[in-house]
Amino acid sequence: MERILFGDNQFFAVNHISDEKSRAQSIKFREDSAIIKTLDEARSFGINTFMCTTHDRIANICEIIRNDPEKYKDFKIFPCMPYAHKYANAVTELGISGTIKQYVPGNLFGTMLKGGVAYLSKDFLSIMELLIDAEMKMFKGVNTPVIFLQNVITDLFLGLRADEMLVGFYNHVKKKYNAEAGFITMNMPKLLDVLERNGIENPIICSSINKVGFRMSGGIEIYEEILKTRKLRAIAMQVLGGGAINPKEAIEYVCGLPNIESILFGASSKANIQNTIENIHHFDLAKV
Amino acid sequence: MIKVALIGAGKMGISHLSILGAHPDVDLVGACDTSKMITDFLSRYGKFNCFTDYQKMVDETKPDAVFVAVPTKFHYPVIKYLLEKKINVFAEKPFCLNAEQGLELIALAGKQQVVNQVGYHNKFIGTFSEVRKIVNSGALGEIYHFVGEAYGPVVIKAKSETWRSDPSEGGGCLLDYASHVIDLINDLLAPVNSVKGSLLKSIFSKNVEDAVYALLELSNGVSGVLSVNWSDETYRKMSTTVTIVGTKGKIVSDANELRVFLKDANSLKGYSKGWNVKYITDLTEPVDFYLRGEEYSAQVDYFVKAVAGKVPNSINTFQSAWYTDNAIELIKKSSK
Repeated sequence: MERILFGDNQFFAVNHISDEKSRAQSIKFREDSAIIKTLDEARSFGINTFMCTTHDRIANICEIIRNDPEKYKDFKIFPCMPYAHKYANAVTELGISGTIKQYVPGNLFGTMLKGGVAYLSKDFLSIMELLIDAEMKMFKGVNTPVIFLQNVITDLFLGLRADEMLVGFYNHVKKKYNAEAGFITMNMPKLLDVLERNGIENPIICSSINKVGFRMSGGIEIYEEILKTRKLRAIAMQVLGGGAINPKEAIEYVCGLPNIESILFGASSKANIQNTIENIHHFDLAKV
Repeated sequence: MIKVALIGAGKMGISHLSILGAHPDVDLVGACDTSKMITDFLSRYGKFNCFTDYQKMVDETKPDAVFVAVPTKFHYPVIKYLLEKKINVFAEKPFCLNAEQGLELIALAGKQQVVNQVGYHNKFIGTFSEVRKIVNSGALGEIYHFVGEAYGPVVIKAKSETWRSDPSEGGGCLLDYASHVIDLINDLLAPVNSVKGSLLKSIFSKNVEDAVYALLELSNGVSGVLSVNWSDETYRKMSTTVTIVGTKGKIVSDANELRVFLKDANSLKGYSKGWNVKYITDLTEPVDFYLRGEEYSAQVDYFVKAVAGKVPNSINTFQSAWYTDNAIELIKKSSK
């Protein structure tokens, strides 16, 4: 993975501190061309990996990328699935089985609902695999070397102790897409324990890592200790702590930590993208 | 360790189960649901002891506390059964389908001296707790108006009907979405006392309202507006905002951002004259396990601590949730 990954929150009006800012972003990026323009700006500073949710609009972005293979020949996308709000809103309206029925392609789930028979482990894994395949459709022909499970699902399985589902995701991504599986989580220490216990070594884990300990469940000290002593390929996200930290200080902290393979950030203006990248390069060099 | 069981593993139930499953002081002794798909999943993967009959689960597992996350129309019989067995209860919102049933359960919970809590999670959001503090400090002067709003994209086209679209089972925007806002207003200012007028509008749904607009008057005489619409796709997810206006200042707050305008300097510690902005990141206490917002973990943790006797059982009690049920009933009556 490259040192810097470009995120997509700004494109889809995800702002953790202000609804007003998120509305402004939603207006700024209402056209796909505005997203592409920002991605191209990021590319001009040497960022070639776009880490994004499987939002419907990403399908259009993939189409543009597919249609210009020369321009995007080094460009990679790290899909993060699923786009949780699509499912969350559907569950409020349709319930859990109603939602699965709506999103699992084909007859498998309908047959299962009717059957009244016991559900086997392989059935749940098959449902998950079908959902993964449905989400992956839009990326056909695009280079996706790492595929992530979104934090709300990773952490849901974690709390439900459904370790096998996490392993199932890992295996399917590897087998079918010849890609590495990554996990986004708000509970990195707990997740690492579970993955290791299930034989997944040196996993790719993307989690909040920032100077103020924002969304670092269990406490910042445990995170720092793990980065020092354990084996994982860590991606730091929310490095600005939701905007609570001065950007320079925020980057200095993250660059100073051991064992952070990549830093994920998103920004909507060219100046902010450039600034963040320069800060990362600056503090990386200072460390050396 | 506190022995906890759960009844109803739907959207909220599964979320509670995951948070409980990660809680260090909780021994999850059982989970109950009528869906075989759900119970098969939970027993196979989570190694949960699953049941389809909640009474059998309670008898066999003898929990100290039970989470009730079944459709609202079943709250009354299920909670009554649990209270009679002296079991501490966390119920999902809204509390009951009518005010009378709620009163009976409040009395019973008092008699049995059990911890009782309802899942109005907004009260565990840092910005709204700060609003409460500011209101109680008197820094806004005399409060004369409020606006409570929530918008989101739940029903954005005509679709098939489920229990969520059946008003007699607890469906609809008023019970599902608007209840959160009413509950916040009740808590931040005072309980709703009368409804001066209300409109329940169906936009895409056939049998329930998709939007609620009402003029409310509170027991302390303050009046204001409720405006809630779950068919608004300009929002990515549910967004709740309260505006409170007084003679010496004004608050506009959502779950992320708190904006306070004060006319006078030094009227409130940590705030200056004019506009002040604070963000949730400065107002949130970290949690041990994060699933989908600190507030969901915090409310579960608060309940577990209350059962263990470590905190008072004073947030989101049956009594406070009853005020919301009562307001819902008043809004319905006024719309007819």
